Amino acid sequence: MNKLLELKSINAAYDDKLVLKDVDLVVNQNDFVGIIGPNGGGKTTLLKVILGILKPISGEIHVNGSSIGYLPQINQIDKKFPISVQDVVLSGLMGVKKLFGRYSPENRTRANELMNQMGILHLKNKNIGELSGGQLQRVFLCRAIISDPQLLILDEPDTYVDSNFEGELYDILDQLNDHIAIVIVSHDVGTICSHVKTIACVNQTLCYHDSNIISQEQLKAYNCPIDLITHGEVPHRVLKHH
Amino acid sequence: MNSIFELFQYQFFNNAVFAAIMASITCGIIGSYIVARRIVFISGGITHASFGGIGIAWYMGLNPILGAALFGVLSAFGIEWLSKKTDVRQDSVIGILWALGMALGIIFIYMTPGYAPNLMSFLFGNILTVSSLDLFLLLGLSILTILVFAMFLKPILYVAFDEEFAKTQRIPVQFISYLMIALVALAIVLNIRVVGIILVISFLTIPQTIANMFTKDFKRMIFGSIGFGLLGSFIGLLVSYEINAPSGATIIFSFVMLFVIAKLVQLSLKAIRRREGIKEAK
Repeated sequence: MNKLLELKSINAAYDDKLVLKDVDLVVNQNDFVGIIGPNGGGKTTLLKVILGILKPISGEIHVNGSSIGYLPQINQIDKKFPISVQDVVLSGLMGVKKLFGRYSPENRTRANELMNQMGILHLKNKNIGELSGGQLQRVFLCRAIISDPQLLILDEPDTYVDSNFEGELYDILDQLNDHIAIVIVSHDVGTICSHVKTIACVNQTLCYHDSNIISQEQLKAYNCPIDLITHGEVPHRVLKHH
Repeated sequence: MNSIFELFQYQFFNNAVFAAIMASITCGIIGSYIVARRIVFISGGITHASFGGIGIAWYMGLNPILGAALFGVLSAFGIEWLSKKTDVRQDSVIGILWALGMALGIIFIYMTPGYAPNLMSFLFGNILTVSSLDLFLLLGLSILTILVFAMFLKPILYVAFDEEFAKTQRIPVQFISYLMIALVALAIVLNIRVVGIILVISFLTIPQTIANMFTKDFKRMIFGSIGFGLLGSFIGLLVSYEINAPSGATIIFSFVMLFVIAKLVQLSLKAIRRREGIKEAK
């Protein structure tokens, strides 16, 4: 197995508040990892450490291969900013182009291809403020994958979109997973568990479940405060006794 | 009409026209960045903080604009640095810096023995009295700003739009942020001579807001702002000469008039389009 990402005993904190404690995580080629956990449990912090935005206080990070694709939470974006859809998609190449780079005709063709695949090509000259939530998510997904990363990281892509687009999104991700490893953070435990291959539960510490089925014993052992997930004929979730 | 051309016989008027062109270029470019990035309040803070530099430089017998430039850039770096700290309320800090700068400026100017400078010219500016050093500095800043934006327009735009994503792409986000805030501070300080401390913020925001009514594209917004800046400052300059009022105030007043006219044009365009839409639907 080709290791794309390895975190070794990571401790991360904001000021003096420890958010991640002794976290280990390995992401291999073709992995599809769902990260779940309570609010304030450290999910977004973990992503920030992986992406190099937040420096951990101790521990090691190894990133192999090309750049990491990243889809941030959509509510962090200024939707009135004067930038076109095409420019947002092309901005995914800034890691390759660095400061002086100019966009080649190939870059533009690639951007058009991606926008076409996602069904947003007709919007390419629109300002991002004119788009709906689902359309905007597609734009950011294009931006995340235009640099052909081996690893794609998504922070709650299913918020602010309707369930119709949510289904399409997971279809797109399933296709992408053929050649890109995916790490996805989500609140929606029910949906995420029917698509991912493995699950990591983050609540200061991280526990890794080597399948997408979590038993009650595992939950108890790791103190994961989430719903219990099973898979059956009918989509359902089983809640622990309360 | 004849009198307009006669004006060009005077050196002071040629200087004023040159200053207006340079101010429109620097404010057009930097102002578009300020408006897009929503850092109007930060820019207001830098403007007023730099008055402290003017006072201190005056007290020490140095060129006040150079003092303001140093003070302005340093306070801009301070604000940028603080904005990265999550536990600081940035707007409160800007408010403190804003008032501190004005207080320091007044104290030092009054402590200086002998002739006290005309405070009005710093507060409201006078384009008709710009010195050749001011013009030289403005020209230098215009060239620098054009070069930086011509070379780095995309990275500047992308960092302004989504700083976190830019960081994940491993481009020097911090360098770009500090470079930009330094340019903002320099644009503010060097244009204080032209429109004054109290009014410089409008040169950085009104032409941009007018341009933003008609385009949502950053590059077109820059060119539009420069255009509206030129138009407004020439009208203001002529009015200032005619009625013998401070040019800063007349320039800003003509900006606001342009804004009102542009808003009316925009509204009537919308109304026409709506009526045509209804006709087509029928």
